[in-house]
Amino acid sequence: MKVGNATSNKGQSPRFFRALRDILPADGLLVSDEERRPYECDGLTGYRELPLAVAMPDQLDQVEQILSLCNTQGVPVIARGAGTGLSGGATPRRDALLLSMARFSRIIDVDPVGRTARVEPGVRNLAISEAAAPYGLYYAPDPSSQIACTIGGNVAENSGGVHCLKYGLTVHNILRLDVVLIDGEKITVGSEALDSPGYDLLALMTGSEGMLGVVTAITVRLLPIPVSAKTVLAGFDDVEKAADSVAKLIAAGVIPAGLEMMDNPAIRAAEDFSEAGYPRDAAAILICEVDGTEAEVDRQIELTRSVFEIEGATEIQVSATEQERQRFWSGRKNAFPAVGRISPDYYCIDGTIPRQQLGRVLAGITELSSTYGLRVANVFHAGDGNLHPLILYDGAQPGEFERTEALGGKILELCIEVGGTITGEHGVGLEKLDQMCVQFKPSELEHFHGVKAAFDPRGLLNPGKAVPTLARCAEFNAMHVHDGRIPFPDIDRF
Amino acid sequence: MIQMNDRTAGLSDIISAAASVKRSLQIVGGASKLFYGREPAGELLAVGNHTGITAYDPTELVVTVRAGTRLSDLAEVLRHERQMLPFEPPLFGSLTTIGGTVACGLSGPSRPYRGAVRDFVLGVGLLNGRGERLRFGGQVIKNVAGYDVSRLITGAMGTLGVILDVSIRVHPLPETEKTLYYELTEQQALKKMNEVSGRPLPLTGACYYQGVLSLRLSGSVEGVSAAVDVLGGSQASDGDAIWATLRDHSHPYFVSDKPLWRLSVPSVAGSLDLAGETFVEWGGALRWLQSELSPDLIRASVEALGGHATLFRGGDRSGSVFHPNARALHELNVRLKRTFDPDGILNPGRLYPDI
Repeated sequence: MKVGNATSNKGQSPRFFRALRDILPADGLLVSDEERRPYECDGLTGYRELPLAVAMPDQLDQVEQILSLCNTQGVPVIARGAGTGLSGGATPRRDALLLSMARFSRIIDVDPVGRTARVEPGVRNLAISEAAAPYGLYYAPDPSSQIACTIGGNVAENSGGVHCLKYGLTVHNILRLDVVLIDGEKITVGSEALDSPGYDLLALMTGSEGMLGVVTAITVRLLPIPVSAKTVLAGFDDVEKAADSVAKLIAAGVIPAGLEMMDNPAIRAAEDFSEAGYPRDAAAILICEVDGTEAEVDRQIELTRSVFEIEGATEIQVSATEQERQRFWSGRKNAFPAVGRISPDYYCIDGTIPRQQLGRVLAGITELSSTYGLRVANVFHAGDGNLHPLILYDGAQPGEFERTEALGGKILELCIEVGGTITGEHGVGLEKLDQMCVQFKPSELEHFHGVKAAFDPRGLLNPGKAVPTLARCAEFNAMHVHDGRIPFPDIDRF
Repeated sequence: MIQMNDRTAGLSDIISAAASVKRSLQIVGGASKLFYGREPAGELLAVGNHTGITAYDPTELVVTVRAGTRLSDLAEVLRHERQMLPFEPPLFGSLTTIGGTVACGLSGPSRPYRGAVRDFVLGVGLLNGRGERLRFGGQVIKNVAGYDVSRLITGAMGTLGVILDVSIRVHPLPETEKTLYYELTEQQALKKMNEVSGRPLPLTGACYYQGVLSLRLSGSVEGVSAAVDVLGGSQASDGDAIWATLRDHSHPYFVSDKPLWRLSVPSVAGSLDLAGETFVEWGGALRWLQSELSPDLIRASVEALGGHATLFRGGDRSGSVFHPNARALHELNVRLKRTFDPDGILNPGRLYPDI
């Protein structure tokens, strides 16, 4: 565990706190240890630190004034949504003001004709779909934390979800962002039209992990709710057969709405927890959902079933009712808590790989798992190649968290080696800074720093996250050479 | 057969030499979009012979292709595997390249339903304004490592770097397509486009011209025929011909001496009160306008609707071709330009006078 020392907020002058109090509502500034404690970490709980203070604005002009004040005083600012992020993007620093956007929680407008919703960043992901449902519409990206996570955090991380193979990530489903820059200036990127003049800053800001500006309003696209959705559950006696089935399914022209794979340790944990009806002895299962009009769905289900049969599935079930469809999903959706029950702690990794490399990567993970003496269960967004190995560990055992982090790092480097990437949807945050040094060359990292400087010349927004310094990478890469080898230093990482 | 021809080293040398003496370069692929953007300036940098598909496994739904590869050749390779570029890019002539397509960020009639070119760009290899080779993004659908430079490059008109190659998400070809026609007024058509777009139907195109609304449905035979039953309308003998002519601007509407404006507006915007002939597509979100009206007047009207206006073809190319942005936003654009092209030598002035 990396835990900062308990700190008081003496790093700043009383004048700074007075100025904050003048800007914020009476209950909008948290400074005591007890009040700051709940904010000491986000979903990456291994890293904890008390923030300088927590500001909870409820009006746009307060955000402008806070950022302008911090800019003038040179105080770092870390924006935070619901704090469910898994990479430490909202981990506080003792010298930085934590800017909670939780009170920006209004759904400003739902336009059923234009199929858009204008929302504040503190609105929960699921709440948007709930507000749109009466009009037969929904917001497509559905990260597994969607009950709790907020749309502002989704924008910061470019969150996906189980349906993103067909419906895309956050970047594909938003139209416009209202942003306050570090100097307090407001800008609008994107629009209610489908494109905007100049550079695509809407795309650039999406997934920028709070490094470029603070989002104060979001216009999202809404899609018509599909008439029908059905799910196929198939068991395989071999992981490679399951992976091949996915390739064959795609080759047959099916784009599933969701396509998930779980390996045997994950199946067993999930089945014990949820009784979803998964074949406990299968080496792998595939959960494949198709949606659309009735006719479209029936046709695709038929295709899916025949592909799985030809590829040698040992068991195939098709959901006959909505209840059964939900049951098939229940095991997958509860896979993380299920794994949490068979181990004191678990650590979720977020690499993405070309799907054809799955066999090689799983074999590599098995080997690494035995080298590091830590069990790993794998769940896999099979459609889009996003692999979530869950490393099982016991944080109470000295050194085990550090060993877990090291194993996680190795798995990510393996993902890069096969042409993949170190993060599919969780972001870099604090967690994967070292692996950024493996994925990108110094000149590429310099361009990232240049992008950052274009928005935030003094580096005050979420400092130290998302993009490592070149010095850090020099040190990390030097250590790697001591390890034995730099994996494929000249490889084209495409 | 697409030639495998790697011109990276040569292109890099030319750019770094030009940067050292601050000589402007004009990036040209197939030269099919020379009409687009502000007046090109600088020495020609030919990218059209940097060609080849460097990776394509249909089951991964991703193709990686060098910038100079012709769009028509790429489409042919994809079609052979029953796949396609989902954003339906325009072919303004047979020489159109994928690099130019991505640099100009142009998407066709399916854009509101399947997505824009930037939605499918997963990664780019590029040379910056100093000739340094850089890679951003990757070959996988989900990737949030580092800022999304691939999508920033898309539509940047070559001003941030010379695209060497792009990895693009592809889609399966639909089994079938059907086009339905309705005779309506523009107001009725706009209403219907928005209404139909909000229903769970396999819609992939909606355009309106001279009293006729056309809707395109794509998907499985069963799915499309079920949707036809729901929507009614008539089916004409020339079927789907209109979509390609709209995409490539080979439709008779586009033959004109007047300046052609591309007006991107919210789909719910009503009929435009601007003199000139219009062609509506993107379900109401894109309005083409042939008009001699003053650019300021057109821009002000479109801005009032929450949209922006591009002088797409013809007119005065020394002024504002692309809609001017608010000051703070424009300054960010300028600073990003400096990050990637510190000497300002790549397609200078093509997008904005100071970019």
